[in-house]
Amino acid sequence: MAFYASFGTVLLLLAVTAPLALAFGFAGAAAARSALLPLRWFGKSYIAIVRGVPDIAFFLFFVIALDQFFEWIRHQALCPDWDQPIRQGNDFVVCAAAKLPLNTAPQWMHEGYGFFLAVLTFAIVFGAFSANVLFGAMRAVPLAQMETAAAYGMSTRQSFWRILVPQMWVYALPGLSNLWMVLIKSTPLLFLLGVEDIVYWARELGGTKTSRFTDYPHGDWRMWYFLGLLVFYLAFTKISEIVLDRLTRRLNHGQATSGGEKLRRAAA
Amino acid sequence: MSCWQTVQDYAFRSLGYGERLLPRSDFTLCEQVTLIGSGMIWNIYFGLFALISGFFLAVLVALGKASPLFWVRKPSEWFVFIFRGSPLFIQFFFAYFLFLSFRQADVGLGWLTNAWAGALVVLFLNTAAYSAEIFYGALQSIPKGEVEAADAYGLSGWKRFRRVVFPTMLRLGWPAYTNEAIFLFHATALVFFTGFPAQQQRGDALYYANYFADKTFNPFVPYPILAVFFILMTLAIIGVFSLINTRLNRHLPQQKRPKLRIRPQIIR
Repeated sequence: MAFYASFGTVLLLLAVTAPLALAFGFAGAAAARSALLPLRWFGKSYIAIVRGVPDIAFFLFFVIALDQFFEWIRHQALCPDWDQPIRQGNDFVVCAAAKLPLNTAPQWMHEGYGFFLAVLTFAIVFGAFSANVLFGAMRAVPLAQMETAAAYGMSTRQSFWRILVPQMWVYALPGLSNLWMVLIKSTPLLFLLGVEDIVYWARELGGTKTSRFTDYPHGDWRMWYFLGLLVFYLAFTKISEIVLDRLTRRLNHGQATSGGEKLRRAAA
Repeated sequence: MSCWQTVQDYAFRSLGYGERLLPRSDFTLCEQVTLIGSGMIWNIYFGLFALISGFFLAVLVALGKASPLFWVRKPSEWFVFIFRGSPLFIQFFFAYFLFLSFRQADVGLGWLTNAWAGALVVLFLNTAAYSAEIFYGALQSIPKGEVEAADAYGLSGWKRFRRVVFPTMLRLGWPAYTNEAIFLFHATALVFFTGFPAQQQRGDALYYANYFADKTFNPFVPYPILAVFFILMTLAIIGVFSLINTRLNRHLPQQKRPKLRIRPQIIR
């Protein structure tokens, strides 16, 4: 049963991460083209650093780092009169009240916290990728559009929200749909982050079972479980491809791009 | 123990030479750098051999995908779709358990369960599929005039392919192929985190980085070291590939030669 529920975990992760990563990406891209120098540096270095390093290293790194960061902040806030250092040799020690989740918390809190960390890590990494895509898309919007907006007397903010943002999506979509495929394919990394996802259950359930422990003894079926996962991912990719194709057609409608031109020709 | 001594002990630890026991406490920076660097040998091994062998299969599959023959085209398309449409992570797991069942069935392929062979096979097929897609795209964008000129000179069949189609395809696909090479090297970090076990703690760079992070509870040292190693390797790849790029484009006037622009985007 838990095996089927874990498919839900994966879908939930996708459903939560995709908008969050898009929001991170939007913020990153907006920061990278900001007029303020420090903000611009921040946006650009965020994009550059995350993209330069293998993603899997980031997944392993961020989960521990974020966990320690949160605990450290709570430690500072909740236990001001703690006099021992936090890093004692090889150990990371915070006071009991600052532990996340609390030692007394029920089991689902621990699992939920793990899931939350995973989502945040995914959002940070994919946020950088989508920030790059959106940054490129914002620059691809024809300059004449922005100049026209300025000529109509719009402020920078107005032209950003009313002209740039509505028009950039058509340029961003190829990159974003690529990213979505990549996001689908990176969900098994959840397993590395300690969330009990489909990979975990496939290993557990597929392993050799003897009649002593279960009513359904069987040999080593892990191969077949993973074949099932392979098919699941392939089907998911195929469906996404079809949906994204439709979306591209929709967005191209009436745009001043070659894709839009093609649609117009076909209609006429 | 001096740093040089550490280097002597651990430089080839990942291959099984030198000191057998890994350091257990009081980790010095030198030990971490040496061991993670030692693990990089595996990453380079996997990346290099998969890249070279994958190149040939990729060219074949790309040609197959462009073929007018139904029975050649469909298998090539499916090959590309299967390996690009599913996560590399799941592919590793599935392959490992597949090889494990080979061993149990005793069909003489049991040696594939070793990481050095089995993971190489998976990486080889995977990179072949990704590069085949790149080369297929390049094949589609060969200027019509060049093929027509070849026909006019009376070149046909193998000669036309060898002298006109293949060099142009390589030239057009090269920037994207560089990207693929970089990501193949990044993907080698997955090997010891999937089914394939590291025998006698001979793992790749990420394996050792993770070892240190687990022992010290401090991700802020080993992972940045790992990142630096990977960045160095990425730079080396870019260097080699841009040399080849210059050679491929040597007949073009200086300003028309395409520059290699590295766009790290893909996670598999």
